[in-house]
Amino acid sequence: MEVNQLQRTFLEYTAALFREGFLDSQFTQLYQLQDESNPKFVVEVVSLFFDDSERLINDLTRALDEPIVDFKKIDAHVHQLKGSSSSIGAHRVKNSCLPFRDFCEAQNTDGCLRCLQQVKQEYLLIKNKLEDLFQLEKQIVAAGGSTNLVEWML
Amino acid sequence: MDAASGVSSIEGIMEEPHVLAVDDNLIDRKLVEKLLRNSSCKVTTAENGLRALEYLGLGGGDRQSSVNDNASKVNLIITDYCMPGMTGYELLKKIKESSNMKDVPVVIVSSENVPTRINKCLEEGAQMFMLKPLKYSDVKKLRCQLMQCRG
Repeated sequence: MEVNQLQRTFLEYTAALFREGFLDSQFTQLYQLQDESNPKFVVEVVSLFFDDSERLINDLTRALDEPIVDFKKIDAHVHQLKGSSSSIGAHRVKNSCLPFRDFCEAQNTDGCLRCLQQVKQEYLLIKNKLEDLFQLEKQIVAAGGSTNLVEWML
Repeated sequence: MDAASGVSSIEGIMEEPHVLAVDDNLIDRKLVEKLLRNSSCKVTTAENGLRALEYLGLGGGDRQSSVNDNASKVNLIITDYCMPGMTGYELLKKIKESSNMKDVPVVIVSSENVPTRINKCLEEGAQMFMLKPLKYSDVKKLRCQLMQCRG
């Protein structure tokens, strides 16, 4: 009983994340890559994404604080973040990178700072939601439920 | 190209193609590696063009490619286009300039769909251009292409 309830909650939560544009189909692809040989693959990749994003956001914050802003360097960081977020399906983070690159090209510091705020916000949102999702997953597995959640998600 | 390396290449492709995947993004490297391993490929990753060339025995400023075990085993090279230092396009050129690696198919991947970029790569001899992030269907397509290459 409890397992079914947990799985239903997981499904509803995931569906909402897709509906609200936090995640896109690439996130589902991650689950398709996961198998018995590496049952923690999704969690590992997402953890890498968290570490990588935090590092990039810190670098961006520092770079925008410089007396002379190096827009090329900033653009390179944003390009990285856009790539990573796209690769794990973090749709809103990816989208927040797009205007950021435009402001880099226009060498607009204020615009960049606003974009950085937006990126930080979106990142923190998805981080919290994914951590909640993985917590739910852990509970499902602990209660003896299916780890092959991709079937549920598709 | 001597018969011995030809035969081992065909066997390699039939069983487990050895792919060299080049990408400066750690997450993308991890993803492409899993995707390829799940598709019965042997995978070596490199984080930039220089490391890739070193692996293939083409690095270190040598104009003459040194005899290198790694190079003869690689059946396919997949490289990201946008990389700091040496771009995927520049890496493609270096590979096509080398006498013993020029026949190895090189696939360029990019998150951006830029027609001029695509044409440039294809003209330089890239086997294919694909959009990131790669999916299973992309890898399937690649394996078919590889078989046709040799067949």
